Amino acid sequence: MAKESDNLLVVPPVPAESPLDAPFPSKRMLVNLGPSHPAMHGTVRAVVELDGETIHGMKLDIGFLHRGFEKTCENVTWTQVFPYTDRLNYVSSIMNNVGYAMAVEKLCGLQIPERAQYLRVITSELHRMCDHFTLVSAMGLELGAMTVLIYGMEARDLIWDRLTELCGARLTSNYARVGGVSRDVPEGWGEKVERTLDRAAEMADEIDRLLTRNRIVIDRTRGTGVISRADAIDYGFTGPCLRASGEPYDVRKASPYLVYDRLDFDVPVGTNGDNFDRYLMRMEELKQSDRIVRQCFAQMQPGAIASDDPRFVLPPKPEVYGTIEGAMAHFKIIMEGIKVPAGEAYAYVEAANGELGFYAVSDGGGRPYKLGVRAPGWNMLMALPQIMEGHMLADLIPTFDTVNMIGGEVEQ
Amino acid sequence: MSQAALQKLKERFPDAVTETYAGKGGDDVALVKKEAIAEVCRFLKEDPEMLFDMAPYITAADYMGSEPRFDVVYQMYSTKKNHRIRLRVGVPESDPVLASVTPIWKGANWYERYCWDMYGIRFEGHPDPRRLYMYEEFVGHPLRKDYSLRGRQPLVPERTVDEPFRGPGPTGG
Repeated sequence: MAKESDNLLVVPPVPAESPLDAPFPSKRMLVNLGPSHPAMHGTVRAVVELDGETIHGMKLDIGFLHRGFEKTCENVTWTQVFPYTDRLNYVSSIMNNVGYAMAVEKLCGLQIPERAQYLRVITSELHRMCDHFTLVSAMGLELGAMTVLIYGMEARDLIWDRLTELCGARLTSNYARVGGVSRDVPEGWGEKVERTLDRAAEMADEIDRLLTRNRIVIDRTRGTGVISRADAIDYGFTGPCLRASGEPYDVRKASPYLVYDRLDFDVPVGTNGDNFDRYLMRMEELKQSDRIVRQCFAQMQPGAIASDDPRFVLPPKPEVYGTIEGAMAHFKIIMEGIKVPAGEAYAYVEAANGELGFYAVSDGGGRPYKLGVRAPGWNMLMALPQIMEGHMLADLIPTFDTVNMIGGEVEQ
Repeated sequence: MSQAALQKLKERFPDAVTETYAGKGGDDVALVKKEAIAEVCRFLKEDPEMLFDMAPYITAADYMGSEPRFDVVYQMYSTKKNHRIRLRVGVPESDPVLASVTPIWKGANWYERYCWDMYGIRFEGHPDPRRLYMYEEFVGHPLRKDYSLRGRQPLVPERTVDEPFRGPGPTGG
């Protein structure tokens, strides 16, 4: 009896006669995505090995946007580096300015006035909002929700308008200086910013209503592009991408700089480490940045916006035009650069995508001897092949969005 | 930054750690011998009092004219203990080879490729030791201080390569 049933089991099933049921012969195919492709955010080339629509291997080729940032910085004065740092993460340039300024100030041992610290925090947080609006709108656009882009761009450009009033440029802000910031806020700017924030919050709510409970968005982002907490740390993820995986590391809380220790804000932390969580981190950080900026306006007191140390900071213009000492100090700083004491320092800030670090080495002269940049996007991009292994090609697009690789800082 | 971690490191590796000092602005720095870097890094990652679990930011600096010429710099951070240290490893020009730490932290991969590309420092045991930004035919290492600012690179002849990742040409099947 038992033997009979065994025989029954080993009889192979009759092969399906219908050609629809036959296995489709497949062959691995190499597809070149980029370097110039609308979904590749800048100029990254990805060589993807596909079996059907499943990714079985991926190699990244970067460097098409390499401008020699470090070499350039080694050949200009310390102050002239600021415009180059604007071009690292061009969506949120003030955070780059602040990070670099903090590295130089660490070398000089320079304390900056309180108002300058508040101004740095306000502008940084406004730029963080711009960065997150850009990411969310681009993600919406690439998943087929173009309306989101329109809302996001309106909010972002309103904020950029305010920053233009402050520093004269939308993108290349060049706002921070060694020892402070370049200019004080215009008359009535605070109220305008708060009105802008109200409008931006409305836009964020619209985007939230359009995306967060949208079936298509959830299907395409939840459970795709997953990275575990341990892997994220091992790859050196920082910022919203790390927090989406459940690790609550934020430079603003772990080692507070400027005036972040006086401000009340929350750091959102995710659980799944997928695209949807990374998107949610951004939406929540928009609200937290809004809170931070409003608190700063309430706490900020009138005062100096730059240190008055004559070794590192330009003298006020009336002195330059009115006294010989002022004219000489101005000339020396402009022509030779500030003399930063010899040594090395590593300063890091929480930029929109994570820890942005500057490793500065000075030989005591007027130019950086070495200036290394730890760009947060580097680590995220590095991990992309592992994240995408075995997943669908279509999942690559939202993953590329939410890791938010910025060509300017990754390729330097 | 953590003075205690530095102290412990010095006690554990009295020979490999040649010097420790407090750098500018409170950065804690240890100078480590080139031969011991992999061992030191593994200890730093795995020891329960250290737990430097996050991939370090690795860069290099060229101090031309002094010996050793290069400096490879590791900025370490621990998410568990919230402390940081910096390791500096002197690398001579005559033998610019260092053990890779990519087997310890996956995130070290591109930083080491960057050091090879820009400074010509090789990392032994690296799984993918190509240049990071520049193309394979690029001559020299641009962030070395003796790399000419006005130099020109030779033209690259058209190539047919079988390895499709490398560039133009047929895919080779």
